[in-house]
Amino acid sequence: MTKIKIKKESFWERNKKSEGYLLKKKLTSIFVSVARFILLFGLCFLILQPILNKISVSFMEEQDLYNPIVVSIPVHFTTSNYELAAEIMNYSKGFVNSLIISLTIAVLQIAVCTLVGYGFARFKFPLKGLWFAMVMLTIIIPPQVISNSLYLHFRFFDFFGIIKLITGNTLNLRGLPVPYYLMSAGCMGLKNGLYIYMIRQFFRNIPNDMEEAAYVDGCGMFRTFVRIMLPEAKPIITSCFLFAFVWQWTDGFYSNMFLGTTTLVSTSISRIVDSLAAYMQRILGAKVSISVAQSNAVLSTGTLMVVGPVIILYLFAQRQFVESISSSGIKM
Amino acid sequence: MNKKPKHRYVGLEKRKAVAGYIFILPFIIGFALFMVKPFLQSLYMSFTTVELGAGKFNMVWSGLANYYYAFRTDPEYTRLLTEELLRMLIYSVAIIVFSFFVSIILNQKFHGRALVRAVFFLPVILSSGVMLGLESNNSVIALMQQQVEDATTGISITDGLQTILRTTGVGVKAFEKVFEVIDNIYDVALASGMQIIIFLSGLQTIPKSMYEAADIEGCTAWESLWKITFPSISSLFLVNWIYTVVDFCMRSDNELVEKLQKVMIQQQDYGASSAMTWIYFLIVIAFVGITSLLINKAVYYND
Repeated sequence: MTKIKIKKESFWERNKKSEGYLLKKKLTSIFVSVARFILLFGLCFLILQPILNKISVSFMEEQDLYNPIVVSIPVHFTTSNYELAAEIMNYSKGFVNSLIISLTIAVLQIAVCTLVGYGFARFKFPLKGLWFAMVMLTIIIPPQVISNSLYLHFRFFDFFGIIKLITGNTLNLRGLPVPYYLMSAGCMGLKNGLYIYMIRQFFRNIPNDMEEAAYVDGCGMFRTFVRIMLPEAKPIITSCFLFAFVWQWTDGFYSNMFLGTTTLVSTSISRIVDSLAAYMQRILGAKVSISVAQSNAVLSTGTLMVVGPVIILYLFAQRQFVESISSSGIKM
Repeated sequence: MNKKPKHRYVGLEKRKAVAGYIFILPFIIGFALFMVKPFLQSLYMSFTTVELGAGKFNMVWSGLANYYYAFRTDPEYTRLLTEELLRMLIYSVAIIVFSFFVSIILNQKFHGRALVRAVFFLPVILSSGVMLGLESNNSVIALMQQQVEDATTGISITDGLQTILRTTGVGVKAFEKVFEVIDNIYDVALASGMQIIIFLSGLQTIPKSMYEAADIEGCTAWESLWKITFPSISSLFLVNWIYTVVDFCMRSDNELVEKLQKVMIQQQDYGASSAMTWIYFLIVIAFVGITSLLINKAVYYND
């Protein structure tokens, strides 16, 4: 082994040779990384602080909440808040209901959106531009605009007058999950336009050759889609599914409008403080005013119990959530 | 040139067109049933008085009465409308600026980058839907917030700066809006998760060689930010702007939306509620259209 001779120079010698440039550069980079650390730490803390705060409050007994010495670590550690919140929200039932509804809705929405997104990405047909403009329109129109009309639409539901002809009356579908499933099957659920857009964007980036080879070999349109295109699109479908699931889980608007009578975690959390008052009244037999501190503790606990499953899911599937968006190459 | 292949492949092209329509059929049906009809009906309803009866509802034509009601009779509507629109404008600009700079920072290499990105994206998952409107939905909580705000008015981040600017005579309305945004940086950070990811995806497509060349030519980092980074991802500003504005309209802590729901469900006044919604919607659409055109003019397209 030949010895390579390198003359070891100290940092200061090298600095001297570069006429102070090296030192300047080094100092700047240290300064930048310190400033960056402080800024990012602050912002991350800002985002996480409400959650951390809720966690600490949820383990406190009521006397800790009034104690000015107790800030974040409870003196009297208790899990009674969780028991109380679970009781009021009917948590186990709500959890199962939410799970079933979110899963089925997400599967349905993503299945349909994948079909539509593929149709827009891979086929040429007349009026395609117009229809795609309509997809964009569904993204832009807030659901609130049509909510009052939808409300009446399902209150007096009818299918081209057929139901009225048979039973003599229109159907009241409000409070049942049926309308929402129908809407999901028609790509009109929560943020479905966005999923169509993302899936279309992904399919557009797949090279044409594979599809053409399949056609040449005599594979039909639908079989090509199922056998060749779907496996390619796994990442984007997974991430859209995760979004659909999570957003459905925490959604208040559609849940309140269509699923008002079903016990869901997202709708019961928005009523939790009122339910607490009612619960206390039922137990004590007299009208009591709930203290601000206690309702806050129960609300924090309830919120944690609703977002807890979502956070756990996010911890495990973080890559799928984020990377698909960056890889789908969103452009105008 | 176009004609010949078209003529030759008429069979396959036709089949492909049919297949395309079959693929998007669910959307067409859903759109017709659950979007077009309610959309037009809601427009029509805004010109009528809706009377609910057993098993049916009647709509009696009443001209512009609902619009007149929204602007002239209802005590809250005009105030809420102007407030929300102003808030939308200010916050959307703040969110875009914030997410642009944060995404630039997150695009640099440092330890724990993945963790920080995950934290910034967390609000997208959590704050959609109920979580956002939860804190102020309730009278008890509202009372508590009031108390907390009263107790902490002295410790606003920008308070010192505000006093200085006021005493030197600089503090005008515009400054107060800026301070309001800075004090509410939490709301801004919560609303910009998606925008940060979109900007990041754009930043990753810029070739590194460009920055190296600029650096060798003696370009400072600040200059290359505005001369390379900014033009390269300027098209994403448009996407993000539209996303932000639309997202803002759908937030459940939007007071105007709450008001619309109240008129519909509690007062059972479907006509007035539709009229109010349509006014809001038209203004927002006009706003999005005009601003997108303006931004689109400034966007630099590289192809």
